[in-house]
Amino acid sequence: MSKLNPNYENSFWHHFSQWVKGEYNPIDGQLEMNAPDKEVFGDEKIHYVHLHIVKTQNYNERMFEEGIARNIRRFTGLYRILGVLVALFMICLLLWTVNYLPQFGDPNAPENNEVAERYIEKGLEETGAVNIVTGMILDYRAFDTFGESCVLFVASCCVLVLLRVDKDDNPDSRAREDMEDRHYEPKNDMILQRVADFLVPLIIIFGIYVVLNGHISPGGGFSGGAIIGSGLILYLTAYGFEKTRHFMNERVIKTLTVCALTFYCFAKSYSFYTGANHLHSVITPGTPGNILSAGLIVYLNICVGIVVACTMYSFYTLFRKGGI
Amino acid sequence: MGSFLTNYEEVAAVILFVIGMANLLLQPNLIKKIIGLDVMDAAVYLFLAAKGYIEGRTAPIVVDGILDAEHYINPIPAGLVLTGIVVSVSVSALMMALTISLYREYHTLNLDEIMMKLRKEEE
Amino acid sequence: MAFVQNFPFFCIILSMFSAIISFVLNGRAAKYVHIAMVTSVLILSLATLSFVAGTGESYTFMMGHYPAPWGNEIRIGELEALMAVFFSLIMLLSVFGGMAHIDREVQNSKKNLFYILLDLLMASLLALIYTNDLFTAYVFIEINTISACGLIMIKKQGRTYVSAIRYMIMSLVGSGLFLIGLTLLYCITGHLLMSPAKEALAQIVAAHSYHVPLLVIIILITVGLGIKSGLYPFHTWIPDAYGYTTPASSAILSSLVSKGYIFLLIKIFYRVLDFNSIISSHMVNILFVFGLVGMIMGSVAAIKENNIRRMTAYSSVAQIGYIYMGIGLGTTAGMVAALFHVISHGAMKSLLFISISGLTEVSDGHSDFKSLKGAGFRNKIAGAAYTVGALSMIGMPLLTGFVSKYLFASAATTAQNKMLAAWIVLAVSTILNTVYFMRTVLTIYTPVSAEMRKPHGIMPSRIETAATFGMILLNVGLGVASQPVIKAIEAGLAMFG
Repeated sequence: MSKLNPNYENSFWHHFSQWVKGEYNPIDGQLEMNAPDKEVFGDEKIHYVHLHIVKTQNYNERMFEEGIARNIRRFTGLYRILGVLVALFMICLLLWTVNYLPQFGDPNAPENNEVAERYIEKGLEETGAVNIVTGMILDYRAFDTFGESCVLFVASCCVLVLLRVDKDDNPDSRAREDMEDRHYEPKNDMILQRVADFLVPLIIIFGIYVVLNGHISPGGGFSGGAIIGSGLILYLTAYGFEKTRHFMNERVIKTLTVCALTFYCFAKSYSFYTGANHLHSVITPGTPGNILSAGLIVYLNICVGIVVACTMYSFYTLFRKGGI
Repeated sequence: MGSFLTNYEEVAAVILFVIGMANLLLQPNLIKKIIGLDVMDAAVYLFLAAKGYIEGRTAPIVVDGILDAEHYINPIPAGLVLTGIVVSVSVSALMMALTISLYREYHTLNLDEIMMKLRKEEE
Repeated sequence: MAFVQNFPFFCIILSMFSAIISFVLNGRAAKYVHIAMVTSVLILSLATLSFVAGTGESYTFMMGHYPAPWGNEIRIGELEALMAVFFSLIMLLSVFGGMAHIDREVQNSKKNLFYILLDLLMASLLALIYTNDLFTAYVFIEINTISACGLIMIKKQGRTYVSAIRYMIMSLVGSGLFLIGLTLLYCITGHLLMSPAKEALAQIVAAHSYHVPLLVIIILITVGLGIKSGLYPFHTWIPDAYGYTTPASSAILSSLVSKGYIFLLIKIFYRVLDFNSIISSHMVNILFVFGLVGMIMGSVAAIKENNIRRMTAYSSVAQIGYIYMGIGLGTTAGMVAALFHVISHGAMKSLLFISISGLTEVSDGHSDFKSLKGAGFRNKIAGAAYTVGALSMIGMPLLTGFVSKYLFASAATTAQNKMLAAWIVLAVSTILNTVYFMRTVLTIYTPVSAEMRKPHGIMPSRIETAATFGMILLNVGLGVASQPVIKAIEAGLAMFG
């Protein structure tokens, strides 16, 4: 703290006093700020064509391009007018429908029938979940929810196909370039790191809480998983890939996803199979209100949470650098 | 039977739905298309949430052991919205990834321009 | 409950599980898993078909411990089992037929992802066939859409990205319309399962309430699924999507993906909205008109096209028009014809796309007509297969295309005021079909110099040849022995509602 400190040149106080004097910029060298490449935005397709027309000398080519431009202009104009008309027509059609629907908040509307009644009145007893919505989507209508996890899975597979940069990719491709040069990555930003140190554990613990309490309070696998995923993304932004790679690499994510989905698949297959064949199931609802109650629901929530957290994290990393 | 004046949630949802759909179809910019898609999906969820609501009742989470259907709102629309959100997240992510790939290939976000470049390539 | 009755459920779970497990496998292993999965789905579906045909009635299978209006369920009848058999068979043959192309055109590191997409496509098709729940149908429609998008862009070229995004935009509009239709339906019935919803709707119709919402629901669901299956005015994504991707994907997309939506639409017509109210709402007439226009316009666009794969894709637009025309007749005979055409178009189109890949392969990869001259001499098997497929498309007796055209024509006789229009358009469309398919056949058999007759490029492997023969056999078999299939469709339709 005093000037006797041999390492005074690098100490916080030295920097602070220099900053007060105006000789030191704390952000300098800490944060790399590159403006993105200048892009030509705007939907001036005509302009675009004219640019090319000027470039080309050949008269035939020019005529051809002008022809295309005219066709496209005509087509988009027609398309637009038609589209607006269709949209207006649809608004009228749907408003006309809404006019005949039951009143907002009406307890006697057709959808408040025996189905909803049983979910509410028997839900706690049959599924053991205090949160009736969770009980409904993970027990009564579990096939939907399994399908939903598969939607997330297939979407992440498609994103992997599109964005993952592999060894056998074309080395000249833009994707590879983007991966090599980490253009927009902040480097060791101190404020971000301190805030992340404080927030990341909180966020992740909160996410775990939401996942585990999905059957007791509002929440569940998807929301909890998204919270955990956002915590991981914050950590990644603060510390960079070198650090996160130790615990969140492709291997880990793959293993976690496959294990979670496999467990989900087997658990639900068991309950579908026993249900359809009227066999006795070993799964019991347990004591409502406990963490380990509600049969399979808590485990399924954990699985969904893991899948969602991994998927969110991998979406982010794939969008940012083309690899997990 | 309701009408426009009492069903204003549904009216808003329907108008948003059509706005989103028109954006998805008509905007040449891919990012705006994705925004339109999200607006469209969100409108459907608003519609569902509005249908699930019942005047004067609470969320379907059992409190104090009350197991009376008269006390809670309809849980089904909430469940459908939960499932639907996951679907729309996945679809948006896929559309974003496609947009990134297209941008890398053609250096523009405008679908019309991309189509023109394609046509030039073919010639 | 007999053990056989579990088989449809096993099929769905098996295909999902193989997708999940393929995530950690390499491409080769994923391929074997996929082939084993489709083969076992085929066998299990055959067993289901024979069981259902034996008992003569459909049954429901609870997905969980709770009965109909509360829990999810699937419902299995003869028609569903028949569709599952054909879908898995065509899937298997298409993958075998396009195997070499998959190996070449898909990156090694992404092969397992490609097979995951195929596995999930199979799962979603099976679920769309069997499901008895509207919201499950929506979820699996989305799986189907996303995996089809993956199949379109699997080659990772700028062109395929553009086709994929155009496909996604149209498809998402379709799913949005379907979802809002579904929501409105839930609002007025309060049920998501098909059979209880039908009962609730019957009460609504009897009470004359909610007349307008019901009409709008019919419009929204039909238009939504129509967009997704490529009905005529919404067909713009088809040629791009089928024209540039890998051949196995083209074959699967054109013969299976759009058919899944059509089957779901027919199922909703019969099992939820009640076919009589569809007829009284004049929706069938609209579908009939769009189908007719599609039959003509698709063929005209195909004649104008200079690229053989895009031409075949446009011909799909015309064939989808045939199917909607059959639905639009509004009679059981028309529906039988439409369902038979679903199967026979699947058989024909997969054969055409696979043989086209063989033909372009020996023409330095070009697919315009100039380069294809004499391709039939260079690759004899693909040439013969293309000829069979083209003849079948035109409606040559003894081939499957003839049977479906005959069924359409005879179904039209019972629909009073639609008979003439249907006949005229069928005749015109057949002539147009002949024009462009015969042109192609003549092109590939144009006499060329001996130098040009020599096979060059990559010759098809044994497995592709076997798959091509299998598809030819399927076409001939469906043409010669069509009676059992038609009987099964009729019986299935009777136990469908």
